[in-house]
Amino acid sequence: MNNTVGIVLTGGKHPALKDLASMRSVSAVPVGSKYRAIDFVLSNMVNSGIKKVGIITQFSYRSLMDHLGSGKEWDLDRRHDGLFIFPPSLEENDTGWYKGTSDAIYNNLMFLNRSSEEYVIISQGNLVFKMDFNKMLQYHLQKDSDMTIAYKEMSDSPINELQQMGILAVSEDGRICDLQEKPLTPLTNNASMGIYLMKRKLLISLVEECAAHGTYDLVKDIIIRKVPSLKIFGYKFEGYWRNLVNINNYYRCNMELLDPGIYAELFQKNWKIYTKVKDEAPAKYNEEAEVRNSILGDGCIIEGTVDSSVLFRGVTVQKGAIVRDSIIMQDSKIEEGAVVEYAIIDKGVTLTRSKYIKGDRSWPAVISKNAIV
Amino acid sequence: MTVKKEIIALILAGGQGSRLGVLTKKEAKPAVLFGGKYRIIDFSLSNCINSNIDTVGILTQYQPMKLNSHIGIGKPWDLDRMDGGVAMLSPYMKAESLDWYKGTANSVYHNIEYVDKYEPSHVAILSGDHIYKMDYSKMLYMHKLKDADATISVVQIAIEDASRFGIVICDENGKITGFEEKPESPRSNLASMGVYIFNWNVLKEYLIKDEENDISGHDFGKDIIPAMLADSRNLYVYKYTSYWRDVGTIQAYWEASMDLVKRVPDFNLYDRDWKIYTPNPVKPAHYVGPDGIVKKSIVAEGCTIYGTVRNSVLFPGVYIGEGALIEDSVVMSNSRVESFTILKQCIICENCVIGKSSILGEGGPGVNEYKPDMYNSGITVVGERTIVPDGMHIGRNVMIDIDVSPVDFCSDSVPSGGSIFKGGICE
Repeated sequence: MNNTVGIVLTGGKHPALKDLASMRSVSAVPVGSKYRAIDFVLSNMVNSGIKKVGIITQFSYRSLMDHLGSGKEWDLDRRHDGLFIFPPSLEENDTGWYKGTSDAIYNNLMFLNRSSEEYVIISQGNLVFKMDFNKMLQYHLQKDSDMTIAYKEMSDSPINELQQMGILAVSEDGRICDLQEKPLTPLTNNASMGIYLMKRKLLISLVEECAAHGTYDLVKDIIIRKVPSLKIFGYKFEGYWRNLVNINNYYRCNMELLDPGIYAELFQKNWKIYTKVKDEAPAKYNEEAEVRNSILGDGCIIEGTVDSSVLFRGVTVQKGAIVRDSIIMQDSKIEEGAVVEYAIIDKGVTLTRSKYIKGDRSWPAVISKNAIV
Repeated sequence: MTVKKEIIALILAGGQGSRLGVLTKKEAKPAVLFGGKYRIIDFSLSNCINSNIDTVGILTQYQPMKLNSHIGIGKPWDLDRMDGGVAMLSPYMKAESLDWYKGTANSVYHNIEYVDKYEPSHVAILSGDHIYKMDYSKMLYMHKLKDADATISVVQIAIEDASRFGIVICDENGKITGFEEKPESPRSNLASMGVYIFNWNVLKEYLIKDEENDISGHDFGKDIIPAMLADSRNLYVYKYTSYWRDVGTIQAYWEASMDLVKRVPDFNLYDRDWKIYTPNPVKPAHYVGPDGIVKKSIVAEGCTIYGTVRNSVLFPGVYIGEGALIEDSVVMSNSRVESFTILKQCIICENCVIGKSSILGEGGPGVNEYKPDMYNSGITVVGERTIVPDGMHIGRNVMIDIDVSPVDFCSDSVPSGGSIFKGGICE
């Protein structure tokens, strides 16, 4: 797929992710014991043979830039092509913030103009999935499509989450006949995955036209308006897919990784998900450790009970501490006798002796970064 | 132009480590996996970078392929440098001859040009097959303070073990007065760790002299150090007091692995100020299933555990099936132990499959009949890429070769002390 250039949109504010995304880009949210959300789409692109990826950032991108570095871990530190990062370039009077996704691409049009690849694939950065984009390109070619949007049938999702997605109406031959962005009453259960494939030249002309009309949004101002006039097809994806938009689905997504089938699909079959390495020693279990149905990163030291939880790298669970149905991020420490249930503990938190944190499956408690409880 | 370095290090990584049996059949001892994700050389190499030594030559000879691909350009140790960094130094063809390294000193002799390029005032000579954490910069400081020509790092050992080591005799100021390689009646309990710092101009002189000596064994301990002592050079000891192990035998390897799983391990891998570096496998976090039990063990990334693991070390990508029991064992990368199989005191090398409902490491105490000096401490060893069929009963001190397939097993039991070879013929 070296005839395709990738663009990852990491932007957008996500107030529903609360403290998890208040100081970091939503694409840099930690997932699955060692990853950040963006690792999935980046690994998918690299594994699909894409050699050149532009990352468009807007809010709180420090942690994202720190994570990506030179792109080494994704094999994107290349003499030619590789990784490009596009933060907004602020000008006088504080102007220059991207006003929308299309505006962001327009502001970095040089990247697309200088590329020679025939196709471009655009994806959001907050998606957890494994997907071979070659298959999507094949479908695109087979349908002689102008633009192809990946979608997934989401009847297992609650209505309030469908209301936060792009909803597609797809005809029998696969053509998209309607697209609603965040509808109050979703027409169907077909959610746009936020992944768009088209010719690079088409994208350039679309964002130029959009800018000329004084509009800024890729979905609302371009794709929705072009549904009648362009041949836009929907590519149905059958695998596991989640977009991280609020605390509930963030929590659920992490818990779903404990399902051996989903774990195997994402991490064990066919290809690998890459992430920044941390040089931790392997996890250590002491005599009192009771660990069940959990995934744990390197560098964890476990002396307590861990059940149905996701522990990131370097987490310590001391004697008599209990962690149930929870997500504990990097380098956090659960001291003796402390109990955590249905909670999301951000990085570097210390839960001191015998403290008790309890949320609910439908409303997990969130402890923000570096807190000492 | 090369920038002059104060000190560079040479790691001796050419030895086979033949007493490790099947573990070193296809790789040099420094490349043997240890500690849940490392190879033995990672400890010396990490010590170098943690001691601010950024130029390291690795001298290889025996089966260097895995070592070469492991080290690469030195990226994991931050040794991919514009100037210095890591270099793999193998024997090479010269205009008149091909010279294999004849001994440790000879291997350095053949790389005098490499060292000279950096014009170092000091050279650290390290062995690549020990498990320890050491700050060589402190040793260098002492070396300079004593105005020594050479400093030998020593560790106190039990006097009854002394006949297995190079023994250093010194006066109360630490000045070395004698050096005996594996003495029958040792005069001291200070063992050389095989870690030396030399003034390069002095060492070079002795290397050249040693090369001209036809009866020399070209060895640091046996030849170079005694020659320097004979000339009354200033040689000092540097006393090292922390954890140090030469995992030269199956038993020593197993014991050092078990040291890691103690509550407060004698050797701490979790020290944030002295990290041990190694290439990271691209694997997900490890998974413990609903009925999995893990106690007193270390578990690397990508492991999947449905059974019980006690007092053991699991490397990346290991699979432990349901109902399986792993006790006092080491299971290396990407090996599978299928359901209801029991391992006791076993070392399973990389990419093995141990079939269902088997028992390994249970039986009488008989030592190995084929190599009694190697497999005699009750530990059963399975070589890499071997497939053990379902329903086997395998005793203690058993050696199973590399690449063994199910057809090589003649019956469903191997008594203690037995061996299985690839293409083995059944009577």
